[in-house]
Amino acid sequence: MLATLWSALADPWSEPIMRRAFAEVLLLGVAGGALGCWVILYNLSYSAESLAHSLLPGLVGAALLGLPLLMGGAAGILVAALAVSLAGRTPAIGGDTAVAVVVTTLFGLGVLLALSAATPPGLQNLLFGDVLGVSDTDLALAAALVAVVAVVLALLHGRLLVVGFDRLNARGLGVRPLAVDAALLVLLALALVVAVQGLGNLLVVAVLIAPAATARLLGTRLRAMIALAAAIAVGAGAGGLYLSYYAGTAAGASIAGVLVGVYLVSAAARAAWARG
Amino acid sequence: MTLASAEDLAAGYGQRIVLRDVSFDVRSGERLAVLGPNGGGKTTLFRVLVGELPPRRGSVRRPSRCGVVPQTERSRLDFPVSALDVAAMGAISRLPWWRPPGRTERRRAREALEAVGLADLASATFGDLSGGQRQRVLVARALVQDAEVLLLDEPFTGLDTTSAERLDALLRGLAAEGRALLVATHDVEHARRSNRVLCLNGRQVAFGVPEEVLTREVLEATYGAAIVALPGDGAPAVVPPHHHEGH
Repeated sequence: MLATLWSALADPWSEPIMRRAFAEVLLLGVAGGALGCWVILYNLSYSAESLAHSLLPGLVGAALLGLPLLMGGAAGILVAALAVSLAGRTPAIGGDTAVAVVVTTLFGLGVLLALSAATPPGLQNLLFGDVLGVSDTDLALAAALVAVVAVVLALLHGRLLVVGFDRLNARGLGVRPLAVDAALLVLLALALVVAVQGLGNLLVVAVLIAPAATARLLGTRLRAMIALAAAIAVGAGAGGLYLSYYAGTAAGASIAGVLVGVYLVSAAARAAWARG
Repeated sequence: MTLASAEDLAAGYGQRIVLRDVSFDVRSGERLAVLGPNGGGKTTLFRVLVGELPPRRGSVRRPSRCGVVPQTERSRLDFPVSALDVAAMGAISRLPWWRPPGRTERRRAREALEAVGLADLASATFGDLSGGQRQRVLVARALVQDAEVLLLDEPFTGLDTTSAERLDALLRGLAAEGRALLVATHDVEHARRSNRVLCLNGRQVAFGVPEEVLTREVLEATYGAAIVALPGDGAPAVVPPHHHEGH
């Protein structure tokens, strides 16, 4: 019995493809979970989603031109950020609307480009990622991302806390809110550009938001929340890979599904507990 | 010793001047009530003293170490921080940007919480504390900043009598240590118990000791017509407009 269970648990990892996929999910989960906590505490979830979607034309363009996707993603996110800030200046268009207009325009443009006959890898992989096909470069990039996110978040922890908690008085406490915002947004852009390689344009947001939102339900201290979010992201990543292995479902979608499932179960459990 | 002062100060936002003709000083050990209606310029004066807003006219001598104690209902009560975390935020201005608060800073935060009588609640979540306790945590944060001047924004609003008395005693103690306290309030009774009073209503209406300043004429000029006379001693009292400022 135990042996059967053990082999069921161990079987998927006998395949190098699955081990690499797990390594990618582990790295992106740690970075995404930790960064995601700040993203939701700074109310940046919508921005995160918007940026992720708006960099699609960059990815498709890079694929068409045979350039590295990373370069395309970086260019795409820059264009998106500029477009959002320009559209936001138009009188009579609020910030929210500006973001929505830019995102739908750019996402649509990306899809149009991807439907052109010349597109080599197909839209599928750019949208949903190909976690089972990660390259050595993807893994190296993800590892670098974890290092950068961990170092920057650790250094800026106190300042992020001040601005998030008491933005109005941050200057009086010796912290410049705009500088802290900018640092967080740069980290977010970096994480999106890297994570989109493995997880795809649509699922990258799940890794950023779902673990942090779940940890937010359960944790009352930031450091615990960050550790919990990273653990949830990695755990759900492994769960999603098992699901994909045994149910034959798409790996990226399975991971996102498990992430959202964990959130829903936690929310229900918390609600039941609160009711006593 | 004068810790902060202004001379013919005017300040505002964009084209709009919201406060003018302000000349006052505050000395070490003094509790100065800044009295006025909502929108009367109390917050604007504080922003000038902190250095967030440049004066439009006149001059200001800003305190070298200044701590702000904001209204707690405006801080984020859902933020996952402990009382100790909040107090330790006061240490950050003295650290280079790449250094997060460490053991020394947390020790100082603990001492400050002890000074405001909250040592046993150091690890409580900030949002779970009562209004008076939150106010004292923010005072502790200013103490960690080593502030010689404390700017308190309506610190007694929403507090029950016991909490208000406790906070008042704490503030008196801080003044006795040689700090200067500027307390924004629309409570005339509190102003009466301060060392001096600065009355603002878009401009400076009066400045001086309470016995001289808190007359019916000054209060009417400060608050408009919303004044009632208390029966008995004839001292005027104010019916403060109890809506919250819209920002």
